[in-house]
Amino acid sequence: MRTGRFQPWLYIGLALVLVSFFLIYPSIHTIFLSFTRSGEFSGIRNYIYIFTNNTMLTALRNNLLWVVVATAFTVAFGLILAVLLDRVRYESVIKSIVFLPMAISFVGASVIWKFVYAYRPAGTDQIGLFNAIITALGGKPIGWLIERPWINNFCLIMVWIWIWTGFCMVILSAAYKNIPKELLEAARIDGASEWQVFWKVILPLLKTTIAVAATTMMVFVLKIFDIVYVMTNGNFSTEVIANRMYKEMFHFRNFGKASAIAVVLFVLILPMMLINIRRFREQEAIR
Amino acid sequence: MDRLTRSLSRGPLHLVIILIALVWMLPSLGLFITSFRPSQDVAYTGWWTVFEHPFNFTQYTMKNYVDVITKQGMGRSFLNSLLITLPPLFMALIVGSFAAYAFAWMKFPGRRVIFVFLVALMVVPLQMTLIPILRVFNRLHLAGTFPSVWLAHTAYGIPLDIYLFHGFISGLPKELFDSASIDGASPLQSFFKIVLPLSVPAIASVSIFEFIWVWNDLLVALIYLGGSPDVAPLTLQVANLVGSRGQDWELLTAAAFVSMALPLVFFFSLQRYFVRGILAGSVKG
Repeated sequence: MRTGRFQPWLYIGLALVLVSFFLIYPSIHTIFLSFTRSGEFSGIRNYIYIFTNNTMLTALRNNLLWVVVATAFTVAFGLILAVLLDRVRYESVIKSIVFLPMAISFVGASVIWKFVYAYRPAGTDQIGLFNAIITALGGKPIGWLIERPWINNFCLIMVWIWIWTGFCMVILSAAYKNIPKELLEAARIDGASEWQVFWKVILPLLKTTIAVAATTMMVFVLKIFDIVYVMTNGNFSTEVIANRMYKEMFHFRNFGKASAIAVVLFVLILPMMLINIRRFREQEAIR
Repeated sequence: MDRLTRSLSRGPLHLVIILIALVWMLPSLGLFITSFRPSQDVAYTGWWTVFEHPFNFTQYTMKNYVDVITKQGMGRSFLNSLLITLPPLFMALIVGSFAAYAFAWMKFPGRRVIFVFLVALMVVPLQMTLIPILRVFNRLHLAGTFPSVWLAHTAYGIPLDIYLFHGFISGLPKELFDSASIDGASPLQSFFKIVLPLSVPAIASVSIFEFIWVWNDLLVALIYLGGSPDVAPLTLQVANLVGSRGQDWELLTAAAFVSMALPLVFFFSLQRYFVRGILAGSVKG
């Protein structure tokens, strides 16, 4: 297309200005701030704090737990649903049901699940679904969001899995439908069981898409904030990095520490970002 | 006979699928039903007990909705959410489509590098930007006002918007633009006469992404708008209610449902474009 020398810059100008001011400049500034305390240079003291303070270490451990568990379950459930649903005629209805929580805010989902986890003392009627099931089976009610550190953290992660499985299902299902069905038929005719077809044919062919789903999930999960903020506010050993940053920033006004926490979060996300950029450039090259 | 045994052997498959769907729906169903139950019922019996006499309509009430909308500030927040969401939505469409058009069809030095860099910014965590931006907003007396979140949301969405628009606009046939420029159309005319009318699916995808992302956002509102109920969007108001009325489930459920209603409508009417946007962003590239 023939354009003047300056014309393209008019088209991308506003985007560049906004992104420079709201993403690039503050990121650089935050890196500087992370080496200061109360406006004075403090070397790596904020970073030492992050890796020695108990609450921070709990937050780091929980983020690791979130990344591993949430990613594994969303991708695995997504994959299982993609493969199973392809075999039934009411596929689109079930897909809508599983995908629907994507439209719900983390805050809304937190209320929904906090109610599922609601606790009443033993002997009274339970109003939360989980404890009602447990007491109906003869068990004792459990304080799901208080039992530290595994039960409550897994209960929080479950909310995430409920929301994001639909996302993984959608992209894995699209990739699955792209596999030529003759390939699967050929394997079956050669005597492969459904189980073998899944592990030896489907899984290798979906490898790239699974990687995409997993890296995308990891990037999102690392930034988890809303669910923890609403459901436990990081109490009972459920702290996560982003909530810790919010507290350092707003409750304690430690902007240096808060900045350092943000930088740590960024560094954790960086590898995933590099993988995505490489994939993106490869696709651009194909185009 | 053969068909019968085949359907029977598929029984477990159907069972598993329907069970999964049920498990996925139950939590939302509980929320929905509870929001229509009187407080004394909610406090002492499970929501599933309504199924003992599902058509006994005296056990349902609209009082919770009236309460949260008039007394708990959810009416005001609904309006705030609309006021917060719509301007960035339009800004995103304009800024994103213009930039993507230039990246797709104009030649200029640094085009590819800038484009890849812009899209890569998608993964910068917002946390990296909060403190410096808040300081600037404070100095400009923008903190706690709608323009602060309009600007921030527009900017934060740009990488994804450009990416989605670019995927679509760069796929338009080259001949369209060639013949338009032979006819003497300027790039701007081509944009309005060719690109925009053909990009309706991309516009729908970006709109629903932006809408759901901004409407459901908590963090950006929490930081830049602060706690004032005058400007609080629904997410913030619901989060505050969880803090202050944590055991009043009839109110919390009604408030949560008010906050979810519009995204759900959007979702059901535009699900196709939502899915298409997700696929554009992850599979096709």
